[in-house]
Amino acid sequence: MSLNAVTTWWTENTRLIELLVDSLGQTLTMVMVAGLIGFVFGIPLGVLLHISKKNGLLENVALNKSLGMVVNIGRSIPFIILLVVLIPFTRFLVGTSIGTAAAIVPLTIGAIPFIARLVEGALLEIPSGLVEAAQAMGAKPHQIITKVMLPEALPGIINAVTITLVTLVGYSAMAGTVGGGGLGDVGIRYGYQRFDSTVMMITVVILVVLVQLIQSLGDHLVKRVDHR
Amino acid sequence: MITFNVDLAVQMSYHPFAVTKCSVVMVEPTNRLRRNSYLISGSSMIEVKNVNKVFYQGDKAINALCDINLTIAQGSIFGVIGASGAGKSTLIRCVNLLERPTNGQIIVDGTDLTTLSEQELTLTRRKIGMIFQHFNLLSSRTVFDNIALPLELAGVSKEAIKDKVESLLVLVGIAEKRNTYPANLSGGQKQRVAIARALASDPKVLLCDEATSALDPATTQSILKLLRKINKELNLTILLITHEMAVVKGICQEVAIIGDGKLVEQGKVGDIFAHPKTDLAREFIRSTLDLSIPEDYQEQLQATQVANSYPLIRLEFTGASVDAPIISHIAREFNIDISILNSNMDYVGGVKFGLMLAEFIGTPEAVSQSLNYLKDQKVETEVLGYVA
Repeated sequence: MSLNAVTTWWTENTRLIELLVDSLGQTLTMVMVAGLIGFVFGIPLGVLLHISKKNGLLENVALNKSLGMVVNIGRSIPFIILLVVLIPFTRFLVGTSIGTAAAIVPLTIGAIPFIARLVEGALLEIPSGLVEAAQAMGAKPHQIITKVMLPEALPGIINAVTITLVTLVGYSAMAGTVGGGGLGDVGIRYGYQRFDSTVMMITVVILVVLVQLIQSLGDHLVKRVDHR
Repeated sequence: MITFNVDLAVQMSYHPFAVTKCSVVMVEPTNRLRRNSYLISGSSMIEVKNVNKVFYQGDKAINALCDINLTIAQGSIFGVIGASGAGKSTLIRCVNLLERPTNGQIIVDGTDLTTLSEQELTLTRRKIGMIFQHFNLLSSRTVFDNIALPLELAGVSKEAIKDKVESLLVLVGIAEKRNTYPANLSGGQKQRVAIARALASDPKVLLCDEATSALDPATTQSILKLLRKINKELNLTILLITHEMAVVKGICQEVAIIGDGKLVEQGKVGDIFAHPKTDLAREFIRSTLDLSIPEDYQEQLQATQVANSYPLIRLEFTGASVDAPIISHIAREFNIDISILNSNMDYVGGVKFGLMLAEFIGTPEAVSQSLNYLKDQKVETEVLGYVA
């Protein structure tokens, strides 16, 4: 496929282009909204997983074990199955199980345990001496979390955000196949089912660029906040 | 026989070298004097009473601390020395209850910490500063913000924080680094930041957990100097633990030696150096004097004496040794020549001590006479071998 072919195709297929722009918007909406809600729940869950473990800041082994189990269950269900299993819940929450808004529900549910584990890992990286120093200077547990743990783990957390958003881009393509829209959906319907390899190629290129952008932005931010 | 007064004794421990000028005859202070000096330096700030700490590894109980009793006077610098694994880290962490003792009492400034609730303990800890071997600075905060942290925790206003931090930056001598991140500081500078941070909430006590162990000797000395300065200027009580006798020697007035979770010896630094009662104490004192025989010299050393060979002798001067010009005396008296190979003499808390390696060149009779003489003068000797 030469550059000429692309430009020719581009000028001749304005309707398809509109479709692609719309679907890019849908993908971005799914990824960003699911990511945002995912972090609102996932980060506290990750903190809770970290501080409740044995010898943690607020040790609570029973809570840790049960949270860990829930998270593991969430992580072990293949996303494509989660999509289907959650349909009644989605319908209850959004009123429908089809469309971008409906796709956000399973995406969020899938992202929360993923984020929680990544955040837990980022918190694990903090040298235990820092928490100890904070305790020695009379910090209350919530102060240790907000003033020591989260700021110190910020580079790791931003990294977790980046990984999650990239993963959500992939998941959103799957969500698309069950009526969520987005670039993945276009790729499957036009590229695969109609044997239009150009559309397939364009969606893939857009997805590649999107992932690159997310990763570069994440790396840039990590570099800015990382003073280790 | 005690020719100095108690004031001098206290002063002496601050300025060990001041005494070299006045020729004071040092004798073992009586118990009464020791008690008096406690009274002079004020009431006790830290009391550790019958503290035990047991760790469990599976079903196996490990006694990290056995029946520890310590009293640390207000305004003093107290050292705890021990090898790694001796329990010294556990001990200092018990003082602010980072590690809760299995039983016993920890009394800091009149409050028994072991009886406090978590919240009360958190607030009490603000009056107990602590610094660490690995500094434990927040990498995400600048020097200024690191020092400000304890004040932020206490809810101090922005302006008050700024004033306080500025004055601390000057006190520890890192004012020009205020906007630097810890990653860009040297070890010594990091420890200065940590000290400033520990001082931010105006503590009465500073705990130093191996605070100089990650630093080179020159930096160690500069940090010790800073600790001595804040001890004097702020009348701060300092408890430090270390494995380096040089640190104790450089800064402490009193020292306790810990081995296998037990305090084996404690007292004034001068007393311990003068009259170590335990092997462990002797070992630590010896560790401050690094005397080794050069390798090529070692090769020439023979186990038995042959014609025209001379003994290499190690002389150990302790607090008990008679303070007199012994070396030149034996040279004159027994007509031998003495060639010093290596020597390390030191002066701590009014006591001269040290090690010397020397060849005694003379007839075997003269050498044995001089060794007998040295024995009478309470200088310990050991023949290490013979050199041609």
